[in-house]
Amino acid sequence: MQQDLRVLTGIVKYNNEIAAQVYEMTIAAEGMGNFIPGQFINVYLDDKSMLLPRPISISDGSNGGITLIYKIVGKGTAQLSECRVGAPIRVSSPLGNGYSIKEACSGSSVALVAGGMGAPPMVGLAKALKERGACLDVFLGFQTGAYLADRFETVARDLYIATDDGSTGFHGNVVELLEKNDRVYDEYFSCGPRAMLKALCGYAANVGRNVQVSIEERMGCGYGACVGCSCRIMESGKTTRKSVCKDGPVFAGKDVVWD
Amino acid sequence: MGLNKTDMSVNIAGVALKNPVITASGTFSAKDSGRFYDISRLGAVTAKGVSAEPWEGNEAPRIAESYGGMINSIGLQNPGAAKFIEEDLPLMRAFGLPVIANIVGKTVAEYCRVVEMLNDADVSMLEVNISCPNVKEGGIGFGTDAKMAAELTREIRRIAKKPIILKLTPNVTDVAAIAKAVEAEGADCISLINTLLAMRIDAGAKKPVLANVFGGLSGPAVKPVALRMVYQVRRAVSLPVIGMGGIMSGEDAAEFLMAGADAVAVGTAALVSPTAPVEVLEGLEKFMEEQGFCSIEELKESFKEA
Ligand SMILES: Cc1cc2nc3c(=O)[nH]c(=O)nc-3n(C[C@H](O)[C@H](O)[C@H](O)COP(=O)(O)OP(=O)(O)OC[C@H]3O[C@@H](n4cnc5c(N)ncnc54)[C@H](O)[C@@H]3O)c2cc1C
Ligand SMILES: Cc1cc2nc3c(=O)[nH]c(=O)nc-3n(C[C@H](O)[C@H](O)[C@H](O)COP(=O)(O)O)c2cc1C
Ligand code: FES
Repeated sequence: MQQDLRVLTGIVKYNNEIAAQVYEMTIAAEGMGNFIPGQFINVYLDDKSMLLPRPISISDGSNGGITLIYKIVGKGTAQLSECRVGAPIRVSSPLGNGYSIKEACSGSSVALVAGGMGAPPMVGLAKALKERGACLDVFLGFQTGAYLADRFETVARDLYIATDDGSTGFHGNVVELLEKNDRVYDEYFSCGPRAMLKALCGYAANVGRNVQVSIEERMGCGYGACVGCSCRIMESGKTTRKSVCKDGPVFAGKDVVWD
Repeated sequence: MGLNKTDMSVNIAGVALKNPVITASGTFSAKDSGRFYDISRLGAVTAKGVSAEPWEGNEAPRIAESYGGMINSIGLQNPGAAKFIEEDLPLMRAFGLPVIANIVGKTVAEYCRVVEMLNDADVSMLEVNISCPNVKEGGIGFGTDAKMAAELTREIRRIAKKPIILKLTPNVTDVAAIAKAVEAEGADCISLINTLLAMRIDAGAKKPVLANVFGGLSGPAVKPVALRMVYQVRRAVSLPVIGMGGIMSGEDAAEFLMAGADAVAVGTAALVSPTAPVEVLEGLEKFMEEQGFCSIEELKESFKEA
């Protein structure tokens, strides 16, 4: 059996607040290897009250370094935000399946649809799709304000923003924005809160297109050993249990059993 | 690590292990754990709980964290014994180690069906899980009642072609009484502890963290309890004992061996650090070298009663 995964000690190169409670961290980690957009890493914290790793999507990366974008929602992410430049940090190799971008060939039109902290993995995905010659539009939804929009400027054809409170861009949610926009794409890629993903899957079914969604679940190991992160997926007409960390986090939207 | 003068081998109910470090049930996947380290270095591997028919498990969230530990309510999700034999077992066998199957059921008849299905499969031992706190029927019901534990052991012993390990729960008043009851009915080995029934509340959300409300606590927080129970069971029965509960390091493993375990299993540590089982092994080897022990037997015998 091939031992192709590791937990390695990287060095924090950058860790700054880029929006309220949202941080960008760059980690230099030799031996990290390549990643597929949509994959995540486990961050291992050095604290006995937080034994379990925190799964965070790889937002972007190159040359032995990766970028994470995370929001402070609890103790673990708060601790992460206090990591100083130069400090060691323990992270795993890229985990999970990532988005399948084989289909998105040159000239195809794709929409990247993200809600809130679903935006980070879209940064690397947009770059990879652009490299393959796909023509992409990006739809970002936030509760209020907007962050990361600048990361898509050079790769997206059009960038659309929706906010729940109307503070930036379209007043409403990102799926309503898609509907209003009235343009149908060859394929959709998405990450965000469950309710948004579910609504988007409904929309994609209506317009007869495929959507790949990245879903979240509480994890134990993050690498397929504990079955903690189970979700329901349709497989050949039957509902089966799949692990978000190993079989996902990206699934074909049409196969996800939402409730 | 090639410490050729230290003999790490142990024998559990007639099954030879090249060292005493085993993976704990439910925290190991042949396919996925094997991507992090060379599993063939361990003493044996234990599969996750398997029932006669597939089980769905509980709703998510199934995992909660707590100081020095975690609480799981997986609920024994598994693909059923037929699929286990066809898909997982060949992968586990490939390491060239003894394979321990972990079996569950809701009734005596269900346990017996799994035993029959595994009787001719290539497994070295059967670990009978009578201690899972996460299923409504069966499981822990058998492990908290000495009479029921005895009856189940008797029925399984009658039909099993492999050595049987009874896996005990810490959620009892007198663990030694359960151990004696299963020994009397022909158990070949005892393993302990399974997880401690527990819960967590999300104060902000004002509700339980786990969808199942309750789950099983494991990890370093439970180690002193596990150690005490291994010590008690060792003194109550003469069967081999596999000790587990919060083992994170080689020294932790040494403590269990001194308390009377013949082998040890590493569970939660593998979630906290994927290579933990092999690190526990290396730590134990180092400890033995430092202490000048030539064999596991020597280490065990070094323990002095207070
Ligand atoms: C595949 C995947 C990718 C993710 N990518 C990102 C990302 O790029 N940026 C980002 O900000 N967040 C991301 N998250 C969510 C992130 O894992 C959680 O916000 C984080 O674990 C919270 O930890 P905490 O200690 O601050 O919170 P606490 O609430 O104190 O954590 C308690 C426990 O719950 C778990 N937990 C809490 N919230 C979540 C959640 N939403 N998903 C899974 N586990 C959770 C924690 O890991 C921990 O075990 C991702 C989650 C998954 C599953
Ligand atoms: C996620 C998880 C799943 C488990 N699944 C099983 C199981 O299927 N069968 C079983 O007998 N014990 C199961 N256990 C219990 C462990 O095998 C072990 O007895 C317990 O966790 C104590 O050891 P630890 O502290 O090293 O984890 C599970 C434990 C965890 C954390
Ligand atoms: S988190 Fe352990 S299997 Fe996914």
